[in-house]
Amino acid sequence: MRLILHIWRQKNGSSPGRMVRYEMDDANEDMSMLECLDVLNEHLILKGEEPVTFEHDCREGICGSCGFMINGLAHGPSRATTVCQLTLRNFKDGDILYLEPWRAKAFPVLKDLMVDRTAFDRIIAAGGYISADTGGAPDGNAILIGKDAADSSMDAAACIGCGACVAACPNAAAALFTGAKVSHLGLLPQGQPERDRRALRMVAQVGEERFGSCTNIGECEAVCPKEIKLDVIARLNRDFRSASLTSR
Amino acid sequence: MKLDSKIPSGPIDQKWDRAKFDMKLVNPANKRKYNVIIVGSGLAGGSAAASLGELGYNVKCFCFQDSPRRAHSIAAQGGINAAKNYQNDGDSIYRLFYDTVKGGDFRAREANVYRLAQNSVRIIDQCVAQGVPFAREYGGLLSNRSFGGAQVSRTFYARGQTGQQLLLGCYQALERQIDAGTVKMFPRTEMLDLIVIDGRARGIITRNLVTGQIETHMADAVVLATGGYGNVFFLSTNAKGSNATAIWRAYKRGAAFGNPCFTQIHPTCIPVSGDYQSKLTLMSESLRNDGRIWVPKKAGDTRTPNQIPEEERDYFLERKYPSFGNLVPRDVASRNAKSVCDEGRGVGPGGLGVYLDFAAAIGRLSEAVIKERYGNLFDMYQRITDENPYKVPMRIYPAIHYTMGGLWVDYQLMSTVPGLFVLGEANFSDHGANRLGASALMQGLSDGYFVIPYTVGDYLANSKLDKVEVDHTEARACLEGVAGLTKRLLSIQGKRTVDSLHRQLGKIMWDNCGMSRTGAGLDKALSQVRGLREEFWQNVTVPGSSDDINQSLEKAGRLADFLELGELMCIDANQRKESCGGHFREEYQTPEGEAQRDDENFSYVAAWEYQGPNQPPQLHKEPLEFEYVHPSQRSYK
Repeated sequence: MRLILHIWRQKNGSSPGRMVRYEMDDANEDMSMLECLDVLNEHLILKGEEPVTFEHDCREGICGSCGFMINGLAHGPSRATTVCQLTLRNFKDGDILYLEPWRAKAFPVLKDLMVDRTAFDRIIAAGGYISADTGGAPDGNAILIGKDAADSSMDAAACIGCGACVAACPNAAAALFTGAKVSHLGLLPQGQPERDRRALRMVAQVGEERFGSCTNIGECEAVCPKEIKLDVIARLNRDFRSASLTSR
Repeated sequence: MKLDSKIPSGPIDQKWDRAKFDMKLVNPANKRKYNVIIVGSGLAGGSAAASLGELGYNVKCFCFQDSPRRAHSIAAQGGINAAKNYQNDGDSIYRLFYDTVKGGDFRAREANVYRLAQNSVRIIDQCVAQGVPFAREYGGLLSNRSFGGAQVSRTFYARGQTGQQLLLGCYQALERQIDAGTVKMFPRTEMLDLIVIDGRARGIITRNLVTGQIETHMADAVVLATGGYGNVFFLSTNAKGSNATAIWRAYKRGAAFGNPCFTQIHPTCIPVSGDYQSKLTLMSESLRNDGRIWVPKKAGDTRTPNQIPEEERDYFLERKYPSFGNLVPRDVASRNAKSVCDEGRGVGPGGLGVYLDFAAAIGRLSEAVIKERYGNLFDMYQRITDENPYKVPMRIYPAIHYTMGGLWVDYQLMSTVPGLFVLGEANFSDHGANRLGASALMQGLSDGYFVIPYTVGDYLANSKLDKVEVDHTEARACLEGVAGLTKRLLSIQGKRTVDSLHRQLGKIMWDNCGMSRTGAGLDKALSQVRGLREEFWQNVTVPGSSDDINQSLEKAGRLADFLELGELMCIDANQRKESCGGHFREEYQTPEGEAQRDDENFSYVAAWEYQGPNQPPQLHKEPLEFEYVHPSQRSYK
């Protein structure tokens, strides 16, 4: 199969970038999008050109490393799928694809399709945890957690931190990401003692990282490869408001 | 080099307690004066960094990914074992210990394995406290399943994403320490050499993968938790970035390499579909709990699976191993899949595949139950293969998954270089010649949460360490060496890409040092690997520069090390003239085709010492003694 790829090329954060057109004549519908870029890169290297830089690691859709826009959609057209598992079956022979990095002030471009997402780590460091030093934990069954609560918590905990939610959001908000962590921990009894502090500190950090505000558009939910639901944002808002009223 | 495993005396169930009591402690106020470097941020490295930070040490943690949350521990699907006996089905610490020693085909150290089984219990408690959302029963108790050849239900899980949830728990604990200032994190940074001063590990040389800056970091102890080396085979279930560079460079600085040929082939992966393929995708072993593995009885049968009547199918694992059936350990399942494919009975394109069929389970339990158990795995399978596994059987084939070998460590997890500790998959210690399912997560967390916090302290309290600066002669020499290597890789400007050479290495290794091995094949592989290494250094092309993000350069450096490690794996496989666990030498098998161990001559850990470039490495043997679990022929019939 043949594809025309327009790919964003940018040497580093301080140089301007541009779209460059490539023709892929030896694409194959069983390939993943990333394997298609691998093959393109092999061609480029042998021609003496610089290969396209893109982030990837596990290629099983779980590490959250990969991700870019394909024709304006984060991770491309297939629901609940990261680009590493997006096979070219999703496209037709002769399709023209535009590949661009995540666009957000908080995610500066490092090179080509690779961006800096360390802002997410700092949001987690601000309170996305339960303080439990190694060693002092009670028996695992000492805390009873109903199946429904455990399942809902797991739904939110499935977030892979890829950043698609931010990239898809017209405001570049990090509400789905932050809400997922607040919900994962807040739905569990272990997460209660720090619930207020967590919401306050994480939301403050989101602001410092210059993510936008959430206006409940829902693009994030639509592109999330792990199908995290908008409910987590409602939870985030509730925890934040309640903590703002009661905490000093 | 003298190998001293430092196994404490006394009965096996008291060794660890005694060792802990005998350890020297570091005064709380002095801990912050010690600098500890941790390379790797997966379950072993991340948990070590968080725990040492909590204790008050001054920790620097390095990972090549953009965030510690991406380490490949995240991809583990099935679960984590613990001897809780919550199911009242006869489990105990002793039984987990027994199963692991036996499953490892009697090539692991008893004392280490016992400690692992002891620690397993506390790991679950720790993870629950951190908020890991393990599966629960309606009443709120933790749920368990049986997994990978165990006859008790001791596996804890979080859907098919157990590794992810355990890693996030550990990552969050790590981020908390980063926020507290006890741990400084260096993401997108790769370790390229180990600095050894006066015989002790005192620091590392790193390359910043964004700026290309080569930097020196000094410390009082260095901990490597950099995972396994399965990517020697190019195609494996490992992440693309997983590499052996840190442990290999440490090997070249004097750390012995233990049992390099012990690699694990996982039986349930999606088969290879084309020569562009970049990795193999694992389908969790838990699928074998409900799926039945079969091939047609007739060779060359091209009918679709649903057209093949029941009596013309060969459920070969159920037939050969009636008591374990489809749940035999990984090495046995993999080898049997290979042998039916070798007979021409393999299915799918190229005949390299066997069916994993859920029709019976769906009939017995309903599609809804199967969906609840394995929904995400079925979806993933369908995305990749475009086939619906609820309707047609999955096709699976074995793939390289885990490496039991790694840097040799003593009971304290210290390598033969004092001050260099090695944790998790990067060390050789606990799994012998074959790892049981759901034991990798257990080992990573046991090492990081519950072993290294004690043993690093003991080392620091017992050592008189002079202050060393980054401009020390040794450190400067290492830095120049790394810079020179980088320059050399960029200057070759040959005609072959890194990936094409890597694929070729992988094929040599898979054909000759993979699922089954022969002396003749290994001899051939040795000369091929050496030839390929020569070609690499003359004909590789690495575009771009060294002062920028350069993924080709990163890959080239890693491949240079794989090309040396591949040779060592073949040398090790060649000297081990027996079959055990994942190491199957065709010359040494029972009449029924099972692995034939030779305890009289090979009951030892092979620890290899580097002797310089292009010199044969020297073999040291650590004899293995089995006081509690007496070596027997493993039988799963």
